[in-house]
Amino acid sequence: MVGVKSIPSPAISADERSHEVDHPSSLVAHFGADQPLPLDCGVDLSPFQIAYQTYGELNADRSNAILICHALTGDQHVANVHPVTGKPGWWETLVGAGRPLDPSQYFIICANVIGGCMGSTGPASLNPATGKVWGLDFPVITIPDMVRAQAMLIDRLGIDTLFAVVGGSMGGMQVLQWTAAYPARVFSALAIACSTRHSAQNIAFHELGRQAVMADPDWHNGGYADQGIHPHRGLAVARMAAHITYLSDAALHRKFGRRMQDRDLPTFSFDADFQVESYLRYQGSSFVERFDANSYLYLTRAMDYFDIAGDHGGVLAKAFAGIQTRFCVVSFTSDWLFPTSESRALVHALNASSARVSFAEIETDRGHDAFLLDVPEFLDISRAFLQSAGKARGLTGKND
Amino acid sequence: MSVQEVLPLGGLAAGQSGQFRADHLLVAEMVKPGSKVLDVGCGDGDLLQLLETRGIDGRGIELSREGVNRCVAKGLAVVQGDADTDLVNYPDDAFDYVILSQTLQATRQPKVVLENLLRIGRRAIVSFPNFGFWRMRLQLLIGGHMPRTENLPASWYDTANIHFCTIKDFVELCDEIHVKMERAEALDLYGRPLRLRMPWWVWNLFGEQGVFLLTRGQGK
Repeated sequence: MVGVKSIPSPAISADERSHEVDHPSSLVAHFGADQPLPLDCGVDLSPFQIAYQTYGELNADRSNAILICHALTGDQHVANVHPVTGKPGWWETLVGAGRPLDPSQYFIICANVIGGCMGSTGPASLNPATGKVWGLDFPVITIPDMVRAQAMLIDRLGIDTLFAVVGGSMGGMQVLQWTAAYPARVFSALAIACSTRHSAQNIAFHELGRQAVMADPDWHNGGYADQGIHPHRGLAVARMAAHITYLSDAALHRKFGRRMQDRDLPTFSFDADFQVESYLRYQGSSFVERFDANSYLYLTRAMDYFDIAGDHGGVLAKAFAGIQTRFCVVSFTSDWLFPTSESRALVHALNASSARVSFAEIETDRGHDAFLLDVPEFLDISRAFLQSAGKARGLTGKND
Repeated sequence: MSVQEVLPLGGLAAGQSGQFRADHLLVAEMVKPGSKVLDVGCGDGDLLQLLETRGIDGRGIELSREGVNRCVAKGLAVVQGDADTDLVNYPDDAFDYVILSQTLQATRQPKVVLENLLRIGRRAIVSFPNFGFWRMRLQLLIGGHMPRTENLPASWYDTANIHFCTIKDFVELCDEIHVKMERAEALDLYGRPLRLRMPWWVWNLFGEQGVFLLTRGQGK
């Protein structure tokens, strides 16, 4: 019999739901029965809550607020130690003192998306109507729903116009949705490694991930919370498959090649002989410690449904007609999940709307994940774009 | 067709002009302050920066990724694109001026590009190296080889400039597609305008490059 080592169980005990779901280590905005969130599926979500982090201070004329939209498996902990993993914030290359988004200059907000599992209402939250975890009773949400909820939060914070909305990947989709839905409320938009619609290939990858989750016997048709367990194996496989799409052939080769993991010869088994296997297993098992399986289903579905042109009679340019927002679109040469061609289609539509747009393609072999990494050319461009927009907005270097 | 009048050059502050190329200063001076401009083939964005100092809302298209990224890093609104293929994405009358500076000769379809410039913009400003310049003629006549100059140093086999023309050729093309010349300038080797009013054949011989302000003519 060959040796098989399955993916290890998470450090958090399976029968204990993450405390962060209902009582996040963040600021929380509660929206009661008087303020329901109307969802695209026709349901009103109420009551609901949004967990968010802020960095820096809002200036006197409320003109320096930047909203960061996080990606599929991100959360609101952009630039602080993560309360579950203990790791640094996920975008500290971009956000922080001396960085392009400097809290001494801007009031930076990041909210966990609706449907997420770090404190904003989602399938892992308690359904107040039943006293049980929502699970699959949670309504299907969309990117526009997420953005609608964020707009309610921005209202709550007393901000009329955001100086900038910034995000990559699913975060970039939200940026574009912000500009399509609330053009007058977005002074500038930095949309990175994203698209105005999810491609067939990307939907296919998401379906693979969802099927992996649903094939796990511990999933229990989404009702695992009632059983006190978590389908960590299925979710880990979903994460492993997705993680490959965030990298590139060249990056994987450079990082791992065909090198062996703690051994010189193959073991003639299905153990993780190769470093790349060990790395993927680690990515899978560490992910399940901080993420809810149902939340993964809902958020991937939201991305699948995203199609701005589809919401505007099939003509993308109509979504941006007459828009005054200043755009900066960034793509990466080795990103095959959201390739440059997708960004170029967006830029063409923005040109057709006579929008003010900058578009840069950054050469890197680091794949889709490049937007999260220390890629100096990308960071320089982000900084210059925001500085130039700040000048047009009348922002000075410091709070005033 | 002939240019009715060669307008005098307006003066720019001496300190301001030093940091910019002479042909850029001439182009910038042709653009009315406060207008909206698209610079096709904007390179490192030097002209766009000059235009910004004059309160002009400038956008750019540039083919090379390095050029685009340098522009965007300067805070300019520039996108990566190709004059031959991407101008079709812009709507009619989107800009007051569309500028094509030293790029016409590198396009695959100069005529189509020129027509697009005047569809997108109410006016176009086009500059290009004049292949009728006496030094070019001399190299071909005496040297017997394809001309090479300081401004056009590439050999025939590796140049991006596939559609060279003379000032005379360009004037004839404008005639053919009913484009009206509002203003024409010929620049000498140092980018200085030939100040005197002279017949076309003189410009075609002594102009190192031509700069033209164009509008849509009758019948368009």
